[in-house]
Amino acid sequence: MAPSYVPLSYYLLLSGFLFACGVVGFLIKRNIITIFMSIELMLNGVNLSFVAFAAHWHALAGQVFVFFVMVVAAAEAAVGLAIIIAVYRTRETLNVDQVNLLKL
Amino acid sequence: MNSSLNLWVIPILPLAGAAINGFLGKRSSRQAVSTIALFFSGAVFAMALWVAMRFWFSSLTLPYHEYLAHWIRSGSFSADFAFYLDQLSLVMLLVVTGVGFLIHIYSVGYMWEDPSYYRFFSYLNLFMFFMLTLVLANNYLVMFIGWEGVGLASYLLIGFWFTKDSAASAGKKAFIVNRIGDFGFLIALFLLIKHFGSLNFDQVFQSIAPLAPETAGTGLLTAIGILLMVGACGKSAQIPLYIWLPDAMEGPTPVSALIHAATMVTAGVYMVSRSHVIFERAPTALTVVAIIGTLTAFFAATIGIAQTDIKKVLAYSTVSQLGYMFMACGAGAFSAGIFHLMTHAFFKGLLFLGAGSVIHAVGGEQDMRKMGGLKSFIPWTFLTMGIATLAIAGIPPLAGFWSKDEILWRAYQVSWVYWLIGLITAFITSFYMFRLLYMTFFGDYRGAQADAHGSHGHDAHGHGEPHESPMVMLVPLMILAVLSLLGGLVGIGNRFEHFLAPVFGSVEVVEGASHGTEMLLMGVSVAVALLGWWLAYLLYYSRPELPQRIADALGGFYQTVVHKYYVDEIYAALFVKPLIDGSTRILWQDVDRKIIDTAVNDAGDGARRVSDEARHMQSGNIRSYAAWIAAGSAVVIAFMVWMGSR
Repeated sequence: MAPSYVPLSYYLLLSGFLFACGVVGFLIKRNIITIFMSIELMLNGVNLSFVAFAAHWHALAGQVFVFFVMVVAAAEAAVGLAIIIAVYRTRETLNVDQVNLLKL
Repeated sequence: MNSSLNLWVIPILPLAGAAINGFLGKRSSRQAVSTIALFFSGAVFAMALWVAMRFWFSSLTLPYHEYLAHWIRSGSFSADFAFYLDQLSLVMLLVVTGVGFLIHIYSVGYMWEDPSYYRFFSYLNLFMFFMLTLVLANNYLVMFIGWEGVGLASYLLIGFWFTKDSAASAGKKAFIVNRIGDFGFLIALFLLIKHFGSLNFDQVFQSIAPLAPETAGTGLLTAIGILLMVGACGKSAQIPLYIWLPDAMEGPTPVSALIHAATMVTAGVYMVSRSHVIFERAPTALTVVAIIGTLTAFFAATIGIAQTDIKKVLAYSTVSQLGYMFMACGAGAFSAGIFHLMTHAFFKGLLFLGAGSVIHAVGGEQDMRKMGGLKSFIPWTFLTMGIATLAIAGIPPLAGFWSKDEILWRAYQVSWVYWLIGLITAFITSFYMFRLLYMTFFGDYRGAQADAHGSHGHDAHGHGEPHESPMVMLVPLMILAVLSLLGGLVGIGNRFEHFLAPVFGSVEVVEGASHGTEMLLMGVSVAVALLGWWLAYLLYYSRPELPQRIADALGGFYQTVVHKYYVDEIYAALFVKPLIDGSTRILWQDVDRKIIDTAVNDAGDGARRVSDEARHMQSGNIRSYAAWIAAGSAVVIAFMVWMGSR
């Protein structure tokens, strides 16, 4: 491995930091949109570790996996945002503590 | 030469009868039930006769093996459903099916008014099935099926009138006492498996045959022999496990005749004879058998003297006669034992059926003190029972004489002590049997006259004078009487012994000098039998006031005998009470309630308390779940890091 590369552990630390930020945001935030963004943050944290490992081991599988995750995340964002809009229209709030019933 | 005999049909026939009557009998008429029962038991008798005929006319060589299906295969050990027929099982087959068929016929008359008529015949056929399995088995394990099965049938039939408390507990007693014996039998089987790797008769005996007799006291074969004898003691009512048989008289009389006199109780004798190869190589075990047999013969006979219940007398007589059979086995004279088994089946079956006919005649009364003078009321019963009494007493030329004399002669060759006790027993036997005869049939009728007494027993039907039984009951009596008269003749000139020689080995050549001794002993035993007759005549016919005076003179000893030497009470104090108390106090109150119950309850309480705390995790709040997941994964990661860094 050439010394000019950034070491793997840096990537992993960043990835873990991003993931932890996502977890904390998911746990303490009330707004659905913020929670949603925290989830995206976690996904991207994981993605980062995937590509880091893929580059480190020269294996393509990790990069392929990242594409899958991105596709799923995009689909999730589309569906999730639609649901959030629907929720806001019916309940006029985005506070998760007040959205605790599936059916009104 | 040996085309298939289809031996398997023999046990299956009565099983079919039992199933049909058991499942459909409740809705069928009595005629239908008796037709089915008689058809199947008759068919099996016919088949047994056919097999015997084929053997007689030499179109069949014995021993004959029939393999049906494999049952247990475990490593090198195997036990199969397979049947085995040799001269010994042929004799047993004929006795069981023949006497069994006659008693089926008799039962049609005897049980006619019983509300559970179908149940009786279903059980009786079931008994035949198990007994035939026992007799025809080719290994100890199949024999054990039959062995346990006849115990079950016996239990069901003793407790046939289960609404009567005494009958129900007599059934339980028989079952439990038999289990003690079966325990010994089972351990013997385990020893056989462990040391010979098989339970198949042929294989076991082939591996034992080359072994030398265990003369130096104890050894493996001695242990196996004694344990087998423990099993035989349970089934065949020998000391110390004989106590169940007298109580078994609570069952219907045909059951007493078939199971508790003629067939099932002889299973122990059959088993010991079947295992003769083992016993012959274990002299100590053989001595144990002889001592138990001799003691039982004597002991039970003395109890028989003082009994007043007609069936109890016969029950103790059965125990005593079984003792004779074991005495013969113990003396190494297995064929003499089997010979006595056969003749005993005839005359004791007849005696019980006759007793049933008497009980029937006097409306359910079993106390001989309330009988008397019945010979003019029931002449046929009297005649046949008289023949049976002569036979069991050993008056020549009736059946019992030949077999009993053979046993005494062979016992004498082993030790004169056996012979002497056997002789005294023969005297007592003759005495109590003629006592029974005189008390029942002679003198004046002492029973309740003409008043409608419906309270005694089950088959009481309000009637006045004692009356003769119907033909369906008398014909079996007559056939058995003929067999009791002539059945012993097959033993003349050791013919029976020669017949069984292929099983038990060749007949020993009796040295010529002892022929005179044999005749002398024969004379002595006949004289002793006549003496017993004379004494009974004196005490119970010509001077009937004497017995009471003798009883008074003997006082405490007489009371002891009347109470059967208090054996039941001693057993109750020694075994039953400690067992029940121990179970109640230690097993129930301490082990069960304090340890097991507490442990279970505490486990339950603990689980509830823990889950009471744990259920707060499940709040329904998604973010708290997420927190738990995060915390959990943190723990997992920490653990993995810790594991990795070690």
